[in-house]
This record gives sequence, structure tokens and C-alpha cells, in this order.
Amino acid sequence: MRVNFTVNGRPQEADDVWEGESLLYVLRERMGLPGSKNACEQGECGSCTVRLDGVPVCACLVAAGQAEGRDVVTVEGLADYAKQRAEHGGCGTGACGTPGGTSLQDAQQWQAKPLDSQTGEGGELSPIQQAFIDAGAVQCGFCTPGLLVAADEMLERNPSPSDADIREALSGNLCRCTGYEKIMDAVRLAAARQSETAPSQGA
Amino acid sequence: MADTRTTGIPAKVTQGAKSKGGIGESTLRPDGTLKVTGEFAYSSDMWHEDMLWGQILRSTVAHAEIVSIDTSEALATAGVHAVLTHEDLPAAKNYGMEYQDTPVLAYGKVRHHGEPVALVAADHPETARRAAAKIRIEYRELPLITDEASALAPDAILVHEDRGDHHAGHVTHPNIVHRQPIIRGNAAEAAKRADVIVTGEYTFGMQDQAFLGPESGLAVPAEDGGIDLYVATQWLHSDLKQIAPCLGLPEEKVRMTMAGVGGAFGGREDISMQILASVLALRTGKPVKMVYNRYESFFGHVHRHPAKLHYEHGATKDGKLTHMKCKIVLDGGAYMSSTPSVVGNAASLSVGPYVVDDVEIEAIGLYTNNPPCGAMRGFGAVQACFAYEAQMDKLAAKLGMDPVEFRQKNAMEQGTIMPTGQPVDSPAPVAELLRRVKARPMPPERQWESSEGADVRALPGGLSNTTHGEGVVRGVGYAVGIKNVGFSEGFDDYSTAKIRLEVINGEAVATVHTAAAEVGQGGVTIHAQIARTELGVQQVTIHPADTQVGSAGSTSAGRQTYMTGGAIKNSCSLVREKVLEIGRRKFGSYHPAWASAELLLEGGKVVTDGGEALASLVDVLEDEAVEIEEEWRHRPTQPFDLVTGQGNGHVQYAFAAHRAVVEVDTELGLVKVIELACAQDVGKAINPLSVIGQIQGGTTQGLGVAVMEEIIVDPKTAKVKNPSFTDYLIPTLLDTPTIPVDYLELADPNAPYGVRGIGEAPTLSSTPAVLAAIRNATGLELNKTPVRPEHLTGT
Repeated sequence: MRVNFTVNGRPQEADDVWEGESLLYVLRERMGLPGSKNACEQGECGSCTVRLDGVPVCACLVAAGQAEGRDVVTVEGLADYAKQRAEHGGCGTGACGTPGGTSLQDAQQWQAKPLDSQTGEGGELSPIQQAFIDAGAVQCGFCTPGLLVAADEMLERNPSPSDADIREALSGNLCRCTGYEKIMDAVRLAAARQSETAPSQGA
Repeated sequence: MADTRTTGIPAKVTQGAKSKGGIGESTLRPDGTLKVTGEFAYSSDMWHEDMLWGQILRSTVAHAEIVSIDTSEALATAGVHAVLTHEDLPAAKNYGMEYQDTPVLAYGKVRHHGEPVALVAADHPETARRAAAKIRIEYRELPLITDEASALAPDAILVHEDRGDHHAGHVTHPNIVHRQPIIRGNAAEAAKRADVIVTGEYTFGMQDQAFLGPESGLAVPAEDGGIDLYVATQWLHSDLKQIAPCLGLPEEKVRMTMAGVGGAFGGREDISMQILASVLALRTGKPVKMVYNRYESFFGHVHRHPAKLHYEHGATKDGKLTHMKCKIVLDGGAYMSSTPSVVGNAASLSVGPYVVDDVEIEAIGLYTNNPPCGAMRGFGAVQACFAYEAQMDKLAAKLGMDPVEFRQKNAMEQGTIMPTGQPVDSPAPVAELLRRVKARPMPPERQWESSEGADVRALPGGLSNTTHGEGVVRGVGYAVGIKNVGFSEGFDDYSTAKIRLEVINGEAVATVHTAAAEVGQGGVTIHAQIARTELGVQQVTIHPADTQVGSAGSTSAGRQTYMTGGAIKNSCSLVREKVLEIGRRKFGSYHPAWASAELLLEGGKVVTDGGEALASLVDVLEDEAVEIEEEWRHRPTQPFDLVTGQGNGHVQYAFAAHRAVVEVDTELGLVKVIELACAQDVGKAINPLSVIGQIQGGTTQGLGVAVMEEIIVDPKTAKVKNPSFTDYLIPTLLDTPTIPVDYLELADPNAPYGVRGIGEAPTLSSTPAVLAAIRNATGLELNKTPVRPEHLTGT
């Protein structure tokens, strides 16, 4: 079958998709977007977390066909997604993770830019991406893409989370390397930087 | 910034760093940007035009003769390019790290549940899976060996009938892989001096490394008949030595490149899909990608040895240990892997970081039909630490002493003689580490209380909302452990570093090329730091790890900073000598200081030890490149005597201590670990940020064993019952407490920069500290890992 959907702001079509393929498989093996990771294939580890119409989901549990006509954001598009959000002020894109999420029109206001495939440089990082590097939250990095998407979505909903909020929001993302302390540090750091730079908002 | 941050980075670096980004600084990972943008290429991300997908068919029974294999239906499936069995293997049929007893594909019999039997290559992974399911295998089941009793029974069936390994001659039964006794002093005589004697039987469950990146890789057949392999491993050259004979190729035709590694923890020290993907690629003439799913990953690598440990300790009433006797039985499963080395570790570290002159120790590793076990973080020392630390608490309780004071009274220090007769010849701050975790302020009581009532997220049971504080009891426990660093028992342990220094675009640039596996620990970060410190350059390029340079040895045993760090330091100093030679030749006549032996490279210049700059590296080198590839070794070790266990078997020791604070819902048997503080001597923190990350990660894996992690093998069938993250639980962010870290930097004079291997020690003491805290809260004996709710409620 053919699946039409939007990935990181670009309309895409995937051909010859077998009905049993997951969104994760299509992203990784057909779209050339292997950033979302396959670590358990049963929704237990969160490594494949992407946003589907703004809502964080395990892409391994979403049938590719379910993505028809919908809007997907992966770690590859996270920096631009966050930039658009910042430029529109707070939840300006409407992509604020509440059920119902991003309207297609809003989502298409931004486009992911390619990075240099050798160095990863050439693109700006989102605050949460930079904070993960700065705080030492990346070791093997396999859990990182899913955690970044989940943490970014949490900070969008809850710009100044308590530690308990962070633990709860990210408890669906397994990490085996760090013991999570540096991940906590990174999310706190991103939240703090965000509150320093964000224009004062009502919410 | 939230005020709950508990981990700090030392504000001041006291020594070492001579150029920006050198040793002692928390420089950031060079692969960080790639990893946060999704661009970092892990082994499962490899892709090649026209590639096929490989799939393994694994045995559904644990011990059986293979009567027949029928591949015809699988072969007839559209999209299938090859279906292979052992009959199709091109050359050697067995591989193995220490001894080649592991079949590439089972022939004759299968010896454990999940053993590879057949292979499929197809154009889509689902096609490959479905075709594999169509392979018909007829088994004739055999009796099972599942524990010590069945393994050593007089009429026991032998897991391996014709052993040719060098341990076969000294073991007391062919189902024993290796046996290591250690006898020192006279334990029976010393026991007479004891005022109290305690004994215990302890059971340690089978732990999985549970790295998140599954076994995977890509094998590409080459025009010269060889193969290019992109895989995630801990030791490229060890893989190479095992792969080449099975492919019937000379080693130079098997070109291995490290792909991105999604965690390892010992589970990638053995071969997984490397040979199988290569066999399919050579057979089909097409690139073959192979990726295990999580279910298969639980069968695709060795696990931590489950163990039964019997201990007896004695002490005088003033709290001095008199003697220790122990027997440690490790279940090695169906194939050898690294079981002999795990046995050697368990035996030689079984006394813990304590002074005990009179010991009788025996450790054995069994062949059984359980899943094969081998390397995992802590490697034999973990199981022993769980048991001896429980014993320390029992002794302290019996003597009416504080458990920390009792440990401190018996703590080893520099100069202590190990049970193997080896002196501990560098700092061993065991008492100090315990003091530090004990002195730390306690986390506040009833921290779940808030103005809006109980925050259930801070209580045992969490969001299940099982208590608002009723029945919740706090407990505190302590533990300390000792782990060896590096490969022991006479192993020729070395690493190789190729360093190149040249001028590129008007700037001196160093290239570091090693075969060291970056598995997440941050080796690539510190390799650049060392090159900057030694060569005084800013720009360092880390060449991808491959087999075009000499072996770096394994990224395991806490050895890579010591060994590959040492090799880089050594090769850099040889490069420096060459640079100075060139400088003397060109500029020696202009300044008398060139004759000095004390010249350094700093800030891109040749400088005197007084800081005077003599020439820039750019002027010295011009268009000349200096390149050195050199092996570097730690001081030699000796094997342990097979009867007495005596011998200077270890390179270095590492020490960590933990204090665990837990809260237990005693009615439901639910545990919440509130804080797990660690103090560790790291010798020298080359990168403080990474050091803390390693300690916190190791601590959390120990926490997992304490309260949740265990591969459950059905004793009736020897089948694995929980091969998924639904049923095998690892700590989430809600299960993991704050982990404050306090580290000491007491240099080991034998090691480069004084470093001490850091990755493993925190995994040892974490588990027994949590167990001790739960015992403290409940008053229960708890002699098993993991502690499950039914152990606490008695239901």
C-alpha cells in the first residue's frame, strides 16, 4: 500500500508498504530516518518515541497505515520544531502536545533542515538537545532520541517541571547507561535555560 | 536551577591539564551532536543497496539430538535467497573467546534454549521471519542438566562429551568448566579463635545486560572474496580471530569496522551475529543486514552467571575477622564463554575488601543446559560481594556492633595481602569510602508529604496509589566492594595506539587511531583529551575504530582508560620525541635550550620546562607528518595456582562503597529506593563528568538486580520464561533514586596518570547496600536477588 503523511514538516509518500509494517519501520527503512530507535518493538522502552499529530507515541506500536494523512515529528526534525515553537512564542504553532495536537497547517509552517551527515553540524540544536550534551546525559545514546522527543514535549506542556514531574513524564523511556541522574540534570537545565530566555508568558 | 541537584562536578582540577580540553576537564563528547540529532549510525542503522535481511532460527528445546532439518518449504518462499544449516558452513564450525566450543549453527545436538540452528536471507525482514518459521526440525530430547546436583550426579549426562580445553584436565567432573580453590593460612585452626561464627546460603539471579541497542550489523561481500563487516562489539580483534576461521578466510580479508554501539556491559564481548551475517553474505553474494529484536536479544548474548554461594565467617568479640570459608557455584550454561575467568575472579575476590589471613575458598563454574553465561559488568565479583556483605551485616549484628564500624575495623588498606598472596600495592581507601557515605546527610523523612497531601510518586507503589504512607518503613544499608581492573591471571593484555601529528590548514592536528570500542563510556572523549595534553594541540581527530590498526583489547574489565589511554599516552610521547628530533635538526643551533631533555609540547609550541617557547609545531613539522603505532602493556600478572590459588593474578583493584536508603511498604512488599549514595576512588578523573556518569550507571544496574532484574529459567524445561522488557524489568526513571557521588583521586603509581578503572566497582556494592537497607527496614533475612514482594510479605 501507499502511505501519505507529513514527516518533519515535509509531505512524504511511502510506496510498497506491507500492511504489517510499523510507522517505525517505514521511518527507519523506507524514509531514511533511522534516528528513531528500535530497542524492544513492543512499546516498553520508549526509544522510538515520535510525535504523531503532536502526541508522543511509540512508533513501533503504530501501524504505518495509521499515519495516513497525519503529521509526524522525529528526532531529526526536533531542532526545527523547537525553533518554530520558540519563534511563535510558547505554544504558537498549536503543536502543544495536547490531544488533538498540531494542525496540518501549523505543522507545515516549518521545515526540517538537513544536517551534515558526517559531523551532525550545520544545524542548530534545540534547547533540550544542547542540554543533553552539556549535562552529560548522552552515553551510548540509543535511548537519547526517544528521550529528547518525550522531554521536549513535556517541557512544552510544563515549562517548569518538578523532579517528580520529570520522573513521571519520562518513566516510559528506558536508559541503561546513565542511571538517569544526568538526564534529570539535562531536563532541569533545559527548563532553566528556557525560563531565562522565554518572554514572560501568561501560562 | 532546581535545588535538588545532588551531583556535582569538582570546581577545581588540581593537576594535569596543560592545554584546553586536556585531561582532568569535563570536555563534552565528540559524538554528542550526532547522537542528539539522530545522525549517529548504530549497527542497526546500517544500510546497503540491494541488501538482504538475515534471520536466525533458534532451538525451541534446551537439550536434544537433532534428528532432521527440512528447509524445503522455507527455500520455496518467494523473496528468500538462502536457507542454511551447519552443512552449509564454509569452514570451522565452532567459535569461542577462550575455547572454541560454541557451534556457529547447531550440529548433532542443541545444548540450550535459543541456540541458533538455521539461517535465512530474504529481501524483507518479515519474509525472512516467516520463512524461518517454515523450517522443520525434529528433535529427540535429552535429559537436562540445570543445577549443581544434576550436573555432578554420578550418572549425569555430559553437556560436552569430548572436552579438549585446558581446564578439562584439572576439574573434578566433566560438567565443571573450571575450578579455582584458594587456600591461605589455616581456616580450621583460626576458627577456634572466633567468638562468633555466622554462615549463610545466598542465591544470585541471572542478570541480563539489557543494552538498548540490539545485536545487529551489516556484512558486505567484497570483490576480493573477503568481507567487510560493520558491527557493534566490545573487542574487534577478538571477534576477528573467531570469525576468520569460521569463514575460511585469512584475517586480512575480514575487514571489521566499528558501527555505533548501543551499550554493551559485557554482553558484546562474545560473538553474536557476526559470523552468521557473514556466512549469508558470502553465500548469496549480497550485503546482509541482521538485527535481533528484543526477544531474540535475550537469547543472543551471554548473561551474568547466576550463583549459589555458601559462606562461613568468624570474628572475635572485639570485632576482628578470624577466618572465611566459602564455596561459590556459578552456572556457566551450555558453552564456555568467559566462565573460567569469572570463576577466577569470584574466587580471588571472594573475601572482599577485608583483611582475612585464614581462608578456604572454592569457586566452580558449571556446564549446564541453561543459557550460556559470561561477561557482565562486575564479572564474578558482583555475586561474591552480595554474599560477603550480607555476612558482614550478620556478624556486626551478632556482635552488637555498628555495621560500618565493623567493616572499617576489618577494612583492607594499601599493603594488605590478598588471599592469593598478592599485596595490594596502591591506595585502598576502604574505610574512608565507608566514612564518606555514612557522613552524608540523610534524605528527609516522609518526603512524600506535600501541602496537597501525599505525593504518591514518592511512595512505594508510586502511581498505583497503594499507600499514602501507611505501613511504610524506612531502612538504611551499607556495602563496599573490591573489583580487579584489567585482564588477569597471566593474560597478555595490551592495547595499541597509532598517533599521527601533522599540519593541516596551518594548524597542528593530531589523529588518534585505535581499535578501542566506544560503547557509550566516553573513550573517544578521553582519547582526544590525552592527545591534547601530551601533544599540546587543540585539534584532535578520532579515527573510526577498525582492524586496520593493532588490537586495543576489550572495552571491559574497567581497563580501557588505563590500557588504551596508556597506549595513546605512550605513542604520543614517542611522537613528541620525533617532533623534538626534527626541531633539534632544524633549529637546534639557534637556541641552547634545544639540547635540554625537558622540552614539552604545549599550546601548539615546543616549550622549555620553564615555559619559554622555542618554536611552533607548524614551523617544526612544516609538511612532514610524524606517525607512530605502538603496543602498550600493563605490568605482567601470573596465573593462580590450581591447588593453592596463590599468584599475583591481578593488575589493579578498584573500590566503591554505597549507602542505600529505602522505604518499604511492608504490607504489600513494595520497595522504593530513596537514595543510593556512592563514594569511590577513581585514581584520577580524566573526565569528571564521564566518571560520575559511569558511577551512576553502574549503581543503577546494581539496583536493578536488588529489586527487579532476573532472567527466569524454568528448572523443568531449562527454557527462558521472560525474554522481553514486559517481563524482564530494568529500572525506569521512577525506580531510580538520586545517586549522589563522591569520588576520591588517589593516584595508582603504576597506572598512566594514576587512573583506576571505574566502570565496574559501583555495580558491586549497590546491590548488597539495597538488600541491607531492605533487611534493616523489615528485619527479614533475604538471601536472594532480586527481592520480590512475596519475599517481604511471606505470601
